[in-house]
Amino acid sequence: MPHQVPWLIWLSPMFSFIIISLILRPFFNHHPKLSGYTTIAAIGISCFLSFWVLIEVLKAPGHRLEIPDIQWVVIEDGISIHLGLIVDALTAVMLIVVSVVSLLIQIYSQGYMHGDPGYPRYYAFMSLFTGFMLGLVMADNLVFLFLFWEGVGLCSYLLIGFWFHRPAAANAAKKAFIVTRLGDFGFLAAILFLFYHTGTFDIERLHSLAIAGTLAGTTLTWAALGIFSGAAGKSAQFPLHTWLPDAMEGPTPVSALIHAATMVAAGVFLVARFFPLFEHSKVALTIVAVIGAFTAIFAASMGLVMNDIKRVVAYSTISQLGYMMLGLGVSGVAVGIFHLFNHAFFKALLFLGAGSVNHATGTFDIREMGGLRRVMPWTYITFIIAALSLAGIYPLSGFWSKDEILIYSFKTQPFLFTLALITVFMTAFYIFRVVFVVFGGEYRGTKLAHHSEHKLHESPAVMVIPMVILAFFSAVSGWLNLTGNFGEFLGHGEARGLLEGFFGILGKPLPWLSLIVAGLGIYLAYAMYSTRRISPEAVGRTFVPLYTTLSRKYWFDELYERIFVGKTLVNGLFVGLEAFDTYAVDGSVNGIADKTIATGRALSRVQTGQLQLYGLFIAMGIVAITICFYFFG
Amino acid sequence: MSVSLEHYLILSALLFCIGLYGALSRRNTIVILMSIEIMLNAVNVALVAFSRYIVPLVLTGQVFALFVMVVAAAEVAVGLAIIIALYRSRETVDVEQADLMKG
Repeated sequence: MPHQVPWLIWLSPMFSFIIISLILRPFFNHHPKLSGYTTIAAIGISCFLSFWVLIEVLKAPGHRLEIPDIQWVVIEDGISIHLGLIVDALTAVMLIVVSVVSLLIQIYSQGYMHGDPGYPRYYAFMSLFTGFMLGLVMADNLVFLFLFWEGVGLCSYLLIGFWFHRPAAANAAKKAFIVTRLGDFGFLAAILFLFYHTGTFDIERLHSLAIAGTLAGTTLTWAALGIFSGAAGKSAQFPLHTWLPDAMEGPTPVSALIHAATMVAAGVFLVARFFPLFEHSKVALTIVAVIGAFTAIFAASMGLVMNDIKRVVAYSTISQLGYMMLGLGVSGVAVGIFHLFNHAFFKALLFLGAGSVNHATGTFDIREMGGLRRVMPWTYITFIIAALSLAGIYPLSGFWSKDEILIYSFKTQPFLFTLALITVFMTAFYIFRVVFVVFGGEYRGTKLAHHSEHKLHESPAVMVIPMVILAFFSAVSGWLNLTGNFGEFLGHGEARGLLEGFFGILGKPLPWLSLIVAGLGIYLAYAMYSTRRISPEAVGRTFVPLYTTLSRKYWFDELYERIFVGKTLVNGLFVGLEAFDTYAVDGSVNGIADKTIATGRALSRVQTGQLQLYGLFIAMGIVAITICFYFFG
Repeated sequence: MSVSLEHYLILSALLFCIGLYGALSRRNTIVILMSIEIMLNAVNVALVAFSRYIVPLVLTGQVFALFVMVVAAAEVAVGLAIIIALYRSRETVDVEQADLMKG
């Protein structure tokens, strides 16, 4: 394989971005479709090359390829920043996830964004995002990685605020940017801290230092925690989770790509990339697992009561990201990334399903929907597959990775296992609540009422086909690890036979436990929202405080906005800063100006306007100079 | 007693001081202008004297004195014009009354 191939993978969407923004947008604006085709072609190339790289990595010894790097910045002798790429198993898996999901979503977007005035801008940003994301998973040093890391954050900001004329979208974009920035601060601090202690930005050197024990103790723990803070910001882990539900203001394919499948998973990827560092710090690894498990149950509980389909799925994403963190924390890269891999497909599909439903009904409120199974059969079937996969039903993909996380957490952290198991129940409940309310029963919408139901329609083929492909992946992507070779590929896994992998798992008690719990969740949703044997309103009334707490998202937005931003920042710190600005900065500037004016006013008295006085001064000056020269010259 | 360079220079200095005193003390603008002429002529005396006593074979000083006279004539023309303009606007040529530039 030529060495240019991995470079081309991330540069190809970058070129697409440049072409769209410099050529297509200014000169071919009356052909908006061109920008969509350009993006799809560029990402198609990336996708093809990603598969090529995957095949090469599978063949390569140790599952990694050596790519010669480029010297970029020389700080002083011996310390330089290289632009280089890591191409190993983790990278190869991420490349496949990002490029495949991105390609399908770009195709879908052609239908979803049809006729939007910002169509070329949308595709330009999507290309840019995909380029940054593909670069992120390949970067081999911290500086380069951080650059891409911020790049995807920027694209996330731009795309959440895509409909920037809506204040909600503009605010959500700002919120996402600022909240993730809090985490990134920790990440940047960790980068500088690591550089201070080791003198290198190179990720693989840091790995070997951690493995050799040179980088150890509290230094390693702090560095790992700093990296995790960046990861927590990006992956919307507690307590930086508040931005992700608001990010749903962006176009739905954006949510599917950035806020479900790829960018939010970048946090999980980051922890996986630095796993040797976490592995050698018990504290850091435990914190990752605890935060992950807590976020999983915490977000899932909020997902139970949301009425906006995208927000349910968004909380589900946070919850599943928590699962991945838990997986990384309790067992290692293979388990966490396996869940990331499966999750990318079914969660992207759930979002695309939500987008498809929105395309038909014009709303995201599930109370305004209902009965869509008849008019939107394809959306219905694919959504069901994704929902079953998310709930962890055998033998769909979600089952396999979730099950592994449960098994490992049962072995090492029984308490976290309990949280994870409760989350399984909640997950099954909230996603099937959506399924039954949206697709079951009769249409309740008011927006289209005067058009009657026949106006509701299935989405166009350009949207349905990517969903069907994703549904296929959602169903079968978990089977890749049946023989344990996905785990082996990423470093550790138990080899077993294909049939043993497929059926053997049913012989163990733990999978049955999680299946039964998930089944109960689905049944409860069925009883409450389909047959109405249990009235949801009655349940809501019985647990009013709980319901209010959940639907107000534990008052986290209020906590952050009123207490942190309002009291601490605006009324506390900012008042102090304003006083400093008024009295110290303005004061000194105004003081100097005032003194200058006063001095000028005093001196202006010398200017009498009397010509002869001036003449006298001149004469006296000359005399003085002459005398000086005479005596001292 | 022969007349030496010092005599001429003392004469020149005296003339210059008289002119300077006049220029700084008289209130009538026309008299100030005349005083300035005296100062210029004091310089001419010094120039011619230097020329005569130090480099007798070249006429640099004399020529320079002629130049000064030409410039002085031009200056008088401009100066008188200014004085007339001043008189027209202020009805006086008293220099102490012309203090619009007072700070």
